[in-house]
Parts: sequence; C-alpha cells; structure tokens
Amino acid sequence: MNLTSLHDFLAMGGYAAYVWPAYAVFLAVLLADSLAPTVRRRQVLRDLRAQLARQAARRARKGGATIPGTAPSPSAPPPRSA
Amino acid sequence: MNHPRLIHACKAMLWRDLTLAWRRRGDIAMPVLYALIVTMLFPFALGPEDTLLQRIAGGIVLVTVLLAMLLTLDAMFSSDIEDGSLEQLVLSPQPLALLLGMKILAHWLTTALPLIVIAPLLAAMLHLPNAVIPILLLALLLATPLLSLLGAVLVALTAGTRRSGMLLALMLLPLCMPAVIFAAGAVAAAQQGLPWLAPIAWLAAALVLAVVLAPLACAAALRIALDA
Amino acid sequence: MTHWIPLWLHRLSSPPTFYRFAGAVWPWAMGLALLAGAIGLYGALVLAPPDYQQGDAYRIIFIHVPSAWMSMFIYAVMGVASFVALVWRIKLAEVVAMQSAPIGAAFTFITLVTGSLWGKPMWGTWWTWDARLTSELVLLFLYLGVIGLYHAFEDRRQGARAAGFLAIIGVINVPIVHFSVNWWNTLHQGSTINVFGASKIAADMLWPLLVLTLATKLYYVASLCRRVRTDLLALEGGKDWVRTLAAREAAP
Repeated sequence: MNLTSLHDFLAMGGYAAYVWPAYAVFLAVLLADSLAPTVRRRQVLRDLRAQLARQAARRARKGGATIPGTAPSPSAPPPRSA
Repeated sequence: MNHPRLIHACKAMLWRDLTLAWRRRGDIAMPVLYALIVTMLFPFALGPEDTLLQRIAGGIVLVTVLLAMLLTLDAMFSSDIEDGSLEQLVLSPQPLALLLGMKILAHWLTTALPLIVIAPLLAAMLHLPNAVIPILLLALLLATPLLSLLGAVLVALTAGTRRSGMLLALMLLPLCMPAVIFAAGAVAAAQQGLPWLAPIAWLAAALVLAVVLAPLACAAALRIALDA
Repeated sequence: MTHWIPLWLHRLSSPPTFYRFAGAVWPWAMGLALLAGAIGLYGALVLAPPDYQQGDAYRIIFIHVPSAWMSMFIYAVMGVASFVALVWRIKLAEVVAMQSAPIGAAFTFITLVTGSLWGKPMWGTWWTWDARLTSELVLLFLYLGVIGLYHAFEDRRQGARAAGFLAIIGVINVPIVHFSVNWWNTLHQGSTINVFGASKIAADMLWPLLVLTLATKLYYVASLCRRVRTDLLALEGGKDWVRTLAAREAAP
C-alpha cells in the first residue's frame, strides 16, 4: 500500500513527471469527448428551432393560410411546402 | 464473354488517356521538376558532406517520388468527372474494374515512369553508390505502381467532393507506409552489402495483390462516391 | 433471409426507437463507467504494489493498456458497422460507424501519449519506429482519415458510405497492431495478458487493469449512445418526432 504519506504518493517513486501527466491526459481527453455531444446537441436543437421559426413565420406571412399549399389569391404563387 | 471486344475496350481506354495526357504534355514535366527541385534542396539543407548524403540518398529519392506522385494523383479522375465521361464509364457494359485498371496504368505511365527515368539522376545528385542504383530502380518499379493502385482507390472515394489535396495525403500516406518501408529497406540493405531480395519479394507480392484487388476496390469506391 | 433477425432488432434500427433506447441506456452506462473507473483508478494508484523493476512508473499500464484495447476494439466495431451500412444501407449503422470514429481516435491518442510518457523513463526515448508503435500511429491516421473523408461530403449518408469503405480497407491494420509484437522484433514488450491461459502479470496488478478495461468499454457505450442520439437529431431534422422534441425542449 502506497499511502505512507501524501508526499510519497504524489512523488510516485520519482516518476511523478511521467505518471501524473499520463493520467491527466487520460482524464482530460475523455472529459473533452464527453462534453462534445452536449455542445453539438445544443447547437443542433438551436438550429432546428430557428429553422422551424423561420418556416412558421413564412407561412404566417403568406396570408395566414394554415394549410400549406393553399394560396391566399389565385395570382399569388403557391407557397413552398415546408 | 466476347474476348476481342474486351481487349478493344481496354486498348481504347488506355489509348484515350495516353492521348489526353500527351495533349497536356507540359503537365508531365511538373512532377519531374518538383522531384528535381526537392532533391536539390537536401544538399543545401544538410550540407554537401558525401557520407551523410549517401546514407540517406535512397530514402530521399523514394519519399520525393512518392510526394511527386501524390501531387498528380488528385487529377486522375478530376477531368473525367468534370465533363461527365466518368459516369459514362461507370454505365458502360464493360467491367468497370478493368477500365479503371487501364486508367491507372495510363496514369502510372505518364507520371511514375518519367520519375523512374530521372531517378538515377536524383540518386547521383545525392551521391548514392552506382552499384545500388539498379536496386533503387527495381524498388521504384515495384513501389510506384503500388502507390498508383492504392492512390486510385482513395481518389475514387473522394471523387466529386470539395476536398483539399491534404485529405488525400492524410488518407494515403499511412496506407503506403509498408511500401515505403520495404522499398527503402531493400535499398539500405543493398547499400550495406546485405541480401536485398526479401523486401523486394514482399513488394512484388504486395503489387500482385494490389493489381488484382485495387481495380475492384476502385470500382466499388467510385460507385459509392458517384451514387449521389 | 431476414427471418433470423428478431423483431426487436428491426425496431431498434428505427431512429426514434433507438433514440429512446439509447436515452435510457446511456445514463446507466456512464454511471457504471464512472463507478468502475473510480474503483479501478484507486486500485491502480493506491492498492497495486510498485513493480520490482519499474517502480511506480508501471502504473501507466492501467490507462495505457485499456486505451490501446479500446482503440482496436472501436475500430473493429466501426469496421463491422460500416460493412453493415454498405451492404444493407441501414442508416443507424452508418451513424454508429461515423460516431465511433472520434471516440476511437481519442483512445488511440491517449494510447500514444501515455505510451510515450511510459517509454521515456523505461526505454530512454519518447518514441521509436518499431512495428507496434508505428502501426498504432497508422491507426490514428486511419481514424483521422475516416473523420476527414466523412466531413468532406455534402450528403452525409454518402459521406458515411465513403468513409465506411475507407474504414473497411483499414481494418487490415488492426491485426497488424495486435500481432506486431509477435511477428517482429520490437522494443515494445510482448503480451503478458492471455484470454486463454495464465497471464504473466500478478493478480493484484491484474484486477485494476481488468476493472479499468470494463470502465472504458462502458464509457464507450455511453459516449456512443449520446453521440448517435445527437447525430440522429441532426440527420432526421425534417421528421415529426425531431420537431416535437425540439419544440418540447424549448418550452421551459
């Protein structure tokens, strides 16, 4: 058992300069990997919500028609389906 | 299978690509000039001391030829994609793998063969002993088609994408490391007077495998990449 | 031909079903991974005795070896998923293959860096071009190539198929990495741990290694679930189930 003292534990028998950076890299890389999906998910949902908002606004602008495909007047071009 | 027709198709494919390359024969000089310039840089960078240059000459020539081929690999399918003839090729009744094999052969003839022709000059610039030059040429003769074949598969995968040439290098270099290792190993062994046949045999075996498998893989890759 | 595939497997390959399934699985996998990781790390750093030859420097083995095993395991998973995706055109297989690549690249990077940090005190050098190290570096380049090729395509599904093809070509490297210490004279040591038969490592050093192996596997499952879920949202953005989800998550 290595817990004779905290100092001995941290010194790692003289190899501290190699062992601790190795463990740090292990934890840091896996931490970065675990954060990546969270960041991307937020981005994807934000973009999707913005796209939906734009489509809803476009539909509202086309004269308040709730059914896509019905034009408010015969001369106006039919709205693009979402 | 109607054999005469297949031969005609292969010959036609080969002749077409060689003719097209001949019409842009200035482009054939590019990789040669590149190889010459890069090889000349090494004595400037490392100092003209003979013994040092001699030790690394084989490796430098091999890497320089590899990089020069990498530059031209991108263009293997690009002009055909642009004018739509590649899709016609995919749709043709002849086996796509054979036609692509002819394309790869034409590419090798127009890019690698000039490099192999000037390889003795490059080797002499770096003071490679004369006795080793034939083995260097043999290694290049086996390694460069291997690179063409492997590179063709990867270029087919990236056909039509808006990718940079660096992506191709990133994909190709790890896969052709064994070829470089064996080719350089043969030259180094010959330079030290040791038997050099084993790495050459490995290269030849890999080449035979590639000649059979790479056109098939290239055809599959092309179908994946063009299947929009 | 498809009669041997059970219905639940069929259903699982549908994006909304897999989204829900992975959503239930990943918290458990992550929790167990963290638990096993904590136990393994405690065993590795505190309980395991110092090696009589390498002193405390050998403790890097507890993160180096599991990461190396994961780098190869994930590549094999990526290869199989790519094969399934290319042959049967299953969307989920494409996503699993492409989302495994960054995780595999991460483990390969950890393997190379921790190996280098272990090599310096033990071999006296940060790096050597022996077969094991070189083939592991090639593995990292293969992962990066797959990721790069996938992102080079406008059409994500086509990109997944092209990158999957590259992954399958590169599968040949995995046995090379594994058997390199047997086939060539390498500076890297031979295998000390055998699946069938006695291992050459002491029991009180073996158990933290195995626990951390389990932890990294569970972490991979958790991370893959999360990444696949997010990618399914991006891929299926036009579908109803995604839109209702996006709307629901916006409403606080």
